[in-house]
Amino acid sequence: MGKWDWQVFLQDTGGGQTYLEWLMSAWGWTLSVALLALVVALVVGSLVGILRTVPNKALSMFGECWVELFRNVPLLVQIFIWYHVIPSIFLGLQKVPSFLLVVLALGFFTSARVAEQVKAGINALPRGQRYAGLAMGLTLPQTYRYVLLPMAFRIVIPPLTSESMNIIKNSSVAFAVSIAEMTMFAMQAQEETSRGIEIYLAVTGLYFVSAFAINRIALFLEQRVQVPGMIGGGK
Amino acid sequence: MNLNLDFTFLSWNVVSAFVAKGLVFSVQLTLVAMIGGIALGTLIALMRLSGKKWLVLPAAFYVNTLRSIPLVMVILWFFLLIPLLIGRPMGAELSAIVTFTVFEAAYYSEIMRAGIQSVPRGQVYAGYAVGMTYRQTMQLIVLPQAFRNMLPVLLTQTIILFQDTSLVYAIGAYDLLKGFEVAGKNFNRPVETYLVAAVVYFVICFSLSMLVRRLQKKIAIIR
Repeated sequence: MGKWDWQVFLQDTGGGQTYLEWLMSAWGWTLSVALLALVVALVVGSLVGILRTVPNKALSMFGECWVELFRNVPLLVQIFIWYHVIPSIFLGLQKVPSFLLVVLALGFFTSARVAEQVKAGINALPRGQRYAGLAMGLTLPQTYRYVLLPMAFRIVIPPLTSESMNIIKNSSVAFAVSIAEMTMFAMQAQEETSRGIEIYLAVTGLYFVSAFAINRIALFLEQRVQVPGMIGGGK
Repeated sequence: MNLNLDFTFLSWNVVSAFVAKGLVFSVQLTLVAMIGGIALGTLIALMRLSGKKWLVLPAAFYVNTLRSIPLVMVILWFFLLIPLLIGRPMGAELSAIVTFTVFEAAYYSEIMRAGIQSVPRGQVYAGYAVGMTYRQTMQLIVLPQAFRNMLPVLLTQTIILFQDTSLVYAIGAYDLLKGFEVAGKNFNRPVETYLVAAVVYFVICFSLSMLVRRLQKKIAIIR
């Protein structure tokens, strides 16, 4: 095994940049994939989660199918489907960069989990709240907008936080379609330099830092929007 | 739209030549990692609940570390480290089995911890009151109930585990997905094989999760 050799990060990769610079750009790719996918997941997941609670058989059935479909196929397989299958069926998508396809894959995969949480959040509210909204003459969309969702979203912040941390971890699967993110970097740099332990330690550390940062931001958000008077709520 | 798909090459011979071997490995990996993971996970859960600092800290470290690293990285780490530790190369398949057992133990231990904590404290006191030792109380009273309470969650985790086995792609082990991929490459029909792979995974995971849902209704303990 020998001694540590952290100088490996200052070596030239042969492409005019050091391994450290490559690692930093890979970190950038990891964060871009994860954060964009998170936006997709939150938007789509919230919509699907809401659909599953509306009093309409067809819509809630659609939500149900969505969740089962994206939850029961492994992420790696879903990424391959987006990368290899969809562009060859819908030829118009062949010009879409693979980065965006992976964002969609990861986003839709996570949207199923987000939808589960959002549904649970809405169902956790007393049924009377929905009836109260409707009884006051609000339309169903208004009831959701002004009565149910403001509470439901606050309830689901903690589980959504852990989904957001998962999305950072899951973005590592993008290596399989040659996105230049950190796992890809780890595999290639390990092969080129044979200093696997140093490389892997750095990459693992950055994953850890990224997930931890998300955790702190979400905690801050949670404290900012907490409802006074609830258990665990503010002063 | 280009729906020029041709599935005819996927004959029974092709499936049994390329895919069956992969399916066997995926199932094997899932079962070994499940049994090993639950056993190791239960031990870690007991350590975390023991209230003794020298047991709690390492167990917490184990669980928190593994849960905050992407599985792909864990797979790569083990593939790199095991040969260095045992001094000779280890096949991707065997390395995957070790990795998944160790990795899943972290997740199973959290489930078992919740399960143990869901058993009323009076049960433990009752065990001690009739003269049982700590070991007997755990083994005969607490763990069976915890296990029963958590069975659906443990099985759901196993379905996730089965899906995650596809990630052995990173070290080139021959699993179900790899089987489909090789078949697709050989017949130059990657699009069709990825589609079929997705359907097969879906059918397996969806029917298992339906079974778990039925089981959940059946074994819910009436208090």
